[in-house]
Amino acid sequence: MSIHIKNGRLIDPKNKIDAQQDVFIVDKRIAAIGAAPQGFVALQVIDASGLIVMPGLVDVAARLREPGYEYRATLESEMEAAMAGGVTSLSCPPDTDPPLDEPGLVEMLKHRARMLNKARVFPVGALTYGLKGAELTEMVELTEAGCKAFSQADTPLTDTRVLMRAMQYAATFDYRVWLRPRDAFLAKDGVAHDGEVATRLGLPAIPVVAETIALATMLQLAKETGVKLHICRISSAEGVAMVREAKRNGLPVTCDVSMNHIHLSEMDIGFFDSNCHLIPPLRSQRDKTALRAGVLDGTIDAVCSNHSPVDEDAKQLPFAEAEAGATGMELLLPLMLKWAEQESVSLLDALARVTINPAQLLGVKTGHLSVGAHADVCVFDPNATWKVEPGALRSQGKNTPFNGYNMQGRVRHTIVEGLIAYSI
Amino acid sequence: MNNPQLNQHGELQHLLSTEGLPVQILRNILDTASEFVNLAEGSEIRKVPLLHGKSVFNVFFENSTRTRTTFEIAAKKLSADVVNLNIGSSSTSKGETLLDTVDNLCAMHANMFVVRHSSSGAAHLIAKHVAPEIHVINAGDGRHAHPTQALLDMFTIRHYKKEFHNLRVAIVGDVLHSRVARSQIHALTTLGVPEVRVVAPKTLLPTHVEKLGVQVYHDMERGLRDVDVVMMLRLQNERMQGALLPSAQEYFKYYGLTQERLALAKPDAIVLHPGPMNRGVEIDSSVADGSQSVILPQVTFGIAVRMAVMSTLAGGKQ
Repeated sequence: MSIHIKNGRLIDPKNKIDAQQDVFIVDKRIAAIGAAPQGFVALQVIDASGLIVMPGLVDVAARLREPGYEYRATLESEMEAAMAGGVTSLSCPPDTDPPLDEPGLVEMLKHRARMLNKARVFPVGALTYGLKGAELTEMVELTEAGCKAFSQADTPLTDTRVLMRAMQYAATFDYRVWLRPRDAFLAKDGVAHDGEVATRLGLPAIPVVAETIALATMLQLAKETGVKLHICRISSAEGVAMVREAKRNGLPVTCDVSMNHIHLSEMDIGFFDSNCHLIPPLRSQRDKTALRAGVLDGTIDAVCSNHSPVDEDAKQLPFAEAEAGATGMELLLPLMLKWAEQESVSLLDALARVTINPAQLLGVKTGHLSVGAHADVCVFDPNATWKVEPGALRSQGKNTPFNGYNMQGRVRHTIVEGLIAYSI
Repeated sequence: MNNPQLNQHGELQHLLSTEGLPVQILRNILDTASEFVNLAEGSEIRKVPLLHGKSVFNVFFENSTRTRTTFEIAAKKLSADVVNLNIGSSSTSKGETLLDTVDNLCAMHANMFVVRHSSSGAAHLIAKHVAPEIHVINAGDGRHAHPTQALLDMFTIRHYKKEFHNLRVAIVGDVLHSRVARSQIHALTTLGVPEVRVVAPKTLLPTHVEKLGVQVYHDMERGLRDVDVVMMLRLQNERMQGALLPSAQEYFKYYGLTQERLALAKPDAIVLHPGPMNRGVEIDSSVADGSQSVILPQVTFGIAVRMAVMSTLAGGKQ
């Protein structure tokens, strides 16, 4: 198979390229950039005039809901969503049913995903059995099965001794530990940021200290154990400041944020919009500003969709009873473009946050278009506008706080491993 | 953002919260309630036909005797057909969702829903869901709002104090968990009360309560000084379990309304309580039954106020 993507504007953050360059793909790999390699014959030509050609997006948090939650979404539906969003690599948290704590489950998931021939799936394994926070999983076996990191997903690990040992064990093999900072007691029963809106609406609240106390524990244990720690879905200004400080002190810590949190705040809950019931909660305007600044200065390495499809019935409930989560993979690119425009950041810089940076967090070789790299490519129209509505989304989850928003930037072609997997 | 309580003509479509209601609508409800009070005192007519032929469904997902009863009396005085449903746990325990229950009741030709639910936002959800000719009255949702209680409190205050613009009002007790307090605060500030105080220990106040436009007092004596109105809140027994308070005794010692403390307020201050009272926990019996207490008139006025709300809703254009 050979593909010639011509006349497009190539943006490849890793290689610092932003220029009119043709891309040549031969047999699953990038064969050449600029001029055709010798003897190249294109079997397929994509005319990318007026379009942007970039590495396929890498999303560090996309729930596929398999195994166990197929009523919310299936691998088929969510892989379609990934393609429509230009996402060619994704990592899924272990909070499936059963959780990803056995090599067999991971192998099955990877196998099912591979059969669909769409996005590459890099599972994050459970750090403890059943995510229960008591016994360590077989991290070596899980890594051999394909896990790229270990995590508790949204279940806090309350026993700090287990947490320390999990970090020590992971550090032994240089494995990555991904944790979302949330103090189980302070966050208990909470559904919204402990701020003005929760006060007004009478919603059980989650204070910022629920994040910072857990974060302080994690950072100190990371320092103690030397583990490669990744902080997931940071949500507060204070949290960003702590990560910034830790990085300044040379701690090998990285961090991501969900796209929802750099565009929305507690105010978007309005009159109990359950689409804004998210984990972590949307926080104040001030927190949002700090998160955006953190993405800008690199404190926050990557932006993810935190794609969490929820079935409609589970959202048609009073706010606190509604299930948390929102669909997102199809919005990651346009929301990143929006952030870049609002912050006057070059596309080269902005798109690094959804390509090479997250690929490095996962330790995978995708996220760039160097010659010889995997031919995972996203071709999008930066000027196309579209409206977010249930019918416009491929994901089985139709709920998103951005429902009704106009988006700019639409994926035209998604190429995975040298095959055109999506075209409109 | 559109106010979900108003229709396109700016009239009251649902009563979900006292927040964001135009002051004129609040005043109109209080004025209409006055007419109903006069009607009850002055003549032989016990019923008015304003809701004749309409069905009012009292849908209570959370138990209540007093509120449900006053709504029932109010609806009957307006000549409505009243259906009482204590759903409590029955439908939901059978797996039926809130909106399924509502759809079923709509199919029984309900014109108006009076809803109480343990989750904040339940009334908003129902209001968003029902057909435009159906009205929803929030009779209490979680910790969020209890607008008819607040309106009857406003009616009581106006009855005794005539004006709002010269008042100092203290709300005392568990504001954190109180839908009544939130609705009172919005109603008082909308009607122009210049000074609204909340008095409670820090564990019983929402973190950002001052954003609601109130002054925060932790000292009961200072909080009551020179106020015209004392609005007490009920203290639920389960607050002791959540490590919010050490004991009912200690609470009464520092935050209970006694005659001595009431003496710090203005001599003509009135005392309100939404009921049911915990005597000896938040209020001393001598105050509850004393000359400054207007707790029983509140209940009587509650019927007129609920009649006013229902007739206002039924009277609007669609």
